[in-house]
Amino acid sequence: MHELGIAMEIAELAAARAGDQQVHRIVIEVGAFTAVLPDALAFAWEAATEDSALAGSTLEIVTVAGRGACRRCGAEQAMPAIFTRCACGGTDLAVLAGEELRIRELEVSARCA
Amino acid sequence: MCMTCGCSETPLAARFASSGNLISVDPAEHRRIRVEQDILARNTRGAERNRGWLAERRCVALNIVSSPGSGKTTLLERTIRDLASTRVITVIEGDQATANDADRIRAAGARAVQINTGTGCHLDAEMVARALPDLDPPAGSLVMIENVGNLVCPALFDLGERAKVLVASVTEGDDKPLKYPHMFRAARLILLSKIDLAPYVPFDRARFAAAVTEVNPHATIIELSATRGDHLDAWYAWLNEVSV
Repeated sequence: MHELGIAMEIAELAAARAGDQQVHRIVIEVGAFTAVLPDALAFAWEAATEDSALAGSTLEIVTVAGRGACRRCGAEQAMPAIFTRCACGGTDLAVLAGEELRIRELEVSARCA
Repeated sequence: MCMTCGCSETPLAARFASSGNLISVDPAEHRRIRVEQDILARNTRGAERNRGWLAERRCVALNIVSSPGSGKTTLLERTIRDLASTRVITVIEGDQATANDADRIRAAGARAVQINTGTGCHLDAEMVARALPDLDPPAGSLVMIENVGNLVCPALFDLGERAKVLVASVTEGDDKPLKYPHMFRAARLILLSKIDLAPYVPFDRARFAAAVTEVNPHATIIELSATRGDHLDAWYAWLNEVSV
């Protein structure tokens, strides 16, 4: 549900950044812990951009896997879930990656006359 | 024909590519722009503005989140009545439809503004920014923002609150923290409500507490009943601490 609002926000940010250039592709990073479903976002993207200058552009979603550092022993590790137990038994991990929700890159060209 | 948009230009890049003299004057040539822009930045900026607006009035806001039916409004009604002589409380009510909750809050004696989100599943900073001047909270008051009943999306949207308070009830599953980890992780305080009903439902309070610790080791849990009045003093003490 909130994916539509996020898609509209991406479209607005991308259009502002591209100015009068044609946008072909937008690469975004979605962390595993952001509660944003990539499939729902891809579906919402079409609805959010139809009849706009971004219609037909591709939204490329790069999923960022969770990584964290244990606050007890300091070990860095993959976090398959937001609640991951460290090998030392610690349950308090500082999230290093997985909370991203950002536009990484735009692919643009000048608009043809 | 240009393969990008179908115009009749032959891309210059294509013409020069074979000779190795690639030049970048082709109108259809694609360029990559590094952006690195936070998608929720606008909401985050709005939340900071709300925080500043509240701070000028020495007001503190709390973002109350839960699934529908956990007892948020009942708890607020009771809190408003119990603290009537010591604390000014104002309320922003978020629901998809109806002004029922704002009516209940006003009947309890507090100023309230209702936001209807329509199809929206959460409140965002902009909606709260529009509601605050209408609410016009007195200096030093506590602003309770009762979010739309939903344990998923509100976790993402900062409204300008000092802390998120999650209300879960014993009539829900004791594994809720594991099912909705993002929200439980975002909350500073977790209120386990309706404990007067605990004898009648198969809710394992120790299992719930263990699940909270697993997901959010820093959260405080207070078990309470807004109808019977159990442990409300702990909740009121927390409100005093958090709004200093």
